[in-house]
Amino acid sequence: MGRIVLDKVEKSFGDVKVIPPLDLEIEDGEFVVFVGPSGCGKSTLLRLIAGLEDVTGGTIRIDGEDATSVPPARRGLAMVFQSYALYPHMTVRKNISFPLRMAKLDKAEQDRRVEQAAAVLNLTDYLDRRPGQLSGGQRQRVAIGRAIVREPAAFLFDEPLSNLDAALRVGMRLEISELHKRLETTMIYVTHDQVEAMTMADKIVVLQAGRIEQVGSPLELYRSPRNRFVAGFIGSPKMNFLEGPEAEKLDAQTIGIRPEHIAPSPDKGAWKGRVGVSEHLGSDTFFHVHMEGYADPITVRSGGEVDMHHGDTIYLTPDAGHIYRFDSQGLRIA
Amino acid sequence: MAPAVFLLLVWMLVPLTMTLYFSFKRYLPLRGGDLGWVGFDNYIRFVTSSSFWPSVQTTLVIVGGVLVVTVVLGVLLALLLDQPMWGQGVVRILVIAPFFVMPTVSALVWKNMFMDPVNGLFAHLWKFFGLAPLEWLSQASLLSIILIVSWQWLPFATLILLTAIQSLDSEQLEAAEMDGAAPLSRFGHIILPHLSQAITIVILIQTIFLLSIFAEIFVTTQGSFGTRTLTYLIFQRVLESQNVGLGSAGGVYAIILANIVALFLMRIVGKNLDS
Amino acid sequence: MARAVTNQRKTVNTAVAWAIGLLIFFPVLWTILTSFKTEAEAIADPPVFLFFNWTLENYSVVQERSDYMRFLWNSVIIAGVSTLVGIVVAVPAAWSMAFVPSRRTKDVLLWMLSTKMLPAVGALYPIYLIFIELGLLDTRAGLVLVMMLINLPIIVWMLYTYFREIPGEILEAARMDGASLRNEILYVLTPMAVPGIASTLLLNFILAWNEAFWTLNLTAAKAGPLTAFIASYSSPEGLFYAKLSAASTMAIAPILILGWFSQKQLVRGLTFGAVK
Repeated sequence: MGRIVLDKVEKSFGDVKVIPPLDLEIEDGEFVVFVGPSGCGKSTLLRLIAGLEDVTGGTIRIDGEDATSVPPARRGLAMVFQSYALYPHMTVRKNISFPLRMAKLDKAEQDRRVEQAAAVLNLTDYLDRRPGQLSGGQRQRVAIGRAIVREPAAFLFDEPLSNLDAALRVGMRLEISELHKRLETTMIYVTHDQVEAMTMADKIVVLQAGRIEQVGSPLELYRSPRNRFVAGFIGSPKMNFLEGPEAEKLDAQTIGIRPEHIAPSPDKGAWKGRVGVSEHLGSDTFFHVHMEGYADPITVRSGGEVDMHHGDTIYLTPDAGHIYRFDSQGLRIA
Repeated sequence: MAPAVFLLLVWMLVPLTMTLYFSFKRYLPLRGGDLGWVGFDNYIRFVTSSSFWPSVQTTLVIVGGVLVVTVVLGVLLALLLDQPMWGQGVVRILVIAPFFVMPTVSALVWKNMFMDPVNGLFAHLWKFFGLAPLEWLSQASLLSIILIVSWQWLPFATLILLTAIQSLDSEQLEAAEMDGAAPLSRFGHIILPHLSQAITIVILIQTIFLLSIFAEIFVTTQGSFGTRTLTYLIFQRVLESQNVGLGSAGGVYAIILANIVALFLMRIVGKNLDS
Repeated sequence: MARAVTNQRKTVNTAVAWAIGLLIFFPVLWTILTSFKTEAEAIADPPVFLFFNWTLENYSVVQERSDYMRFLWNSVIIAGVSTLVGIVVAVPAAWSMAFVPSRRTKDVLLWMLSTKMLPAVGALYPIYLIFIELGLLDTRAGLVLVMMLINLPIIVWMLYTYFREIPGEILEAARMDGASLRNEILYVLTPMAVPGIASTLLLNFILAWNEAFWTLNLTAAKAGPLTAFIASYSSPEGLFYAKLSAASTMAIAPILILGWFSQKQLVRGLTFGAVK
């Protein structure tokens, strides 16, 4: 079980309010991702749930019980840290079994759980090594192993992939998703990378300056962002925002359109522009189009092999059904 | 934290208070003991005595001389040791060794086996070149002391400067090289500024230790031939002539002097603590 | 990134560095060599370097004549015990400053450092007097106390910098893993701090071994360590070079060996972490 409910939870460091009162419900078995720019309070929120920081106000309930002042070890949560926080002087086996030893489990059960976790994480051959002798990805898996063996109510991940290189990151992303499918345990995952959020989450919580901007499934956030911040944060490449005449035509302060919802053409269309930099990814091509009267270029997605070059004139036609309108507060006009 | 703080507090305050107390008294343990309060008499007498200014001068010459020698040679040695070579580890060990030699040993070895005008190695060397051997410790007493003390402290300077050089990002040097900076200007514009903090620290720490060198003089000249430093003068006043009041006043001067240097050092260390 | 360097340049570097290294090391080498000569060879004119009749005679003479063992034993006790006691006193202090820092932590650290900078000579007579009153003059206990106190700031400081390097996330991980404070200290912190504590022990042993102000002024025949033993060779025994060399070699050999293991810690310990 792992249902976590935050009720009016707030946090201040001295006079600085990091998290204003905030409500959030996390269902059992859900994979929830906290995402937002750095300094948005997502790690602090995770540490409040873990019990590593004390809340300034509000209550945290885990499986219906008030856990607000329960010490971290007794909340039944396991955490994977950004730096992995492996014990450098212990072998992989000792690292993984550490929480079990602290809980004074009997030796046979300890061994059974360690072997099992090691098998799941492909660490069986490395059990007698020390963290210093492992690669980044392996260390990451040891940290996860240490969390798994406790059979926690929920896993907490604090930017676990940020120290890995790009290729490994994709691999570990899949492994963690796979693990979630297998264990069906609640996972709370903090990241600043919206791609990780989109690909892994059942539910995304977008945070900015300690506030929850929106909660929803990846596609909900993609399809119907509540405001300009979420619209700009979710989706890659980013949504284009236009102000001025085009926005006024639609009775909005700003309009937003995603690169994939604009059709480019060499000879006809609604907007005229000039091709700037083009990024060829093979499967897709992204053009950065400069339009008269707009400071920022507009990003447009096109098919893989399109014959357009720097300086060419290009016509763009936005898909009317996918234009988002925002008011002067940045809120979306439905 | 408490026990350590308490011990150090006692260790600092008790002697300090006593020194201050004695410094205002005429106190001759072997000749009448406590002869009453004398106000600032001791302070005035200490400064006006004929041996005070020479001792200040001696202290400054020794400290200054050793600083110049160790910092200049230390920078050069550190640069050299940073270069690729065979047996770097062994060379490092050779260079560092003098720091681990206890001061009485190094003073005695230098005095007898190198500077002795008859059997010392220097005497042999001088004779080899057809020169008359020097009476090092009497004819060039300050130079001799500077030589001995520099030998002891050069490893310290070298080691710290070497550590600092090694922390220099080599890409910075390569960037400078790409920008067309010649070796000498790379040294002047990049290495030396990078070393400035380390050099400052070497100077400050050494100054504090050098202000109170004792064994080297105790074993070699016993303060004669113009080698009586402030520390040694106070030692003589207190323990040899047992004029505690006068010596204590000198001690207070020494404390003030060391504190001025220490203040600068603490600034740097304190700034480092914040980062 | 190490850069490829021509062998020719490397050869030049090597030659110059070795020459200078040997020059600096020469007094030590010469002392060691002389300790194996006879007195006549030690003052031979011209001096002999390697081709003499190697003998161990000086070592046995020094041991028999001058109670070398007693001085050695005093040195070991004074340096060893003062270092151990210092660590015991310093660990809780460094511990609390590194892991539960308060607003005053920095000031306390700097103040501790400042006590290290007080010139010994300013405290000489009071300490001398207190030692006489308490009967500590020329006792090992007295010197242990003084050595411990003068090195305490360095010990606290070094331990503090080592403790601070233990990442906070590891301690948080231990807490999440259910370790009690006692287990956290026992299984996580102490093992991680051991290398730092060992380095601190080593450096302070060396510093105490070589200290030569208090050891010379507060001891006489009974509790004198090797620094005093060597100082007693000042004259006229100092003219017997071979024996002086043997005595010196015995006094510095243990520390030379220990010192070579402690180069890195030396920088950290003596610059109070300001140079890394």
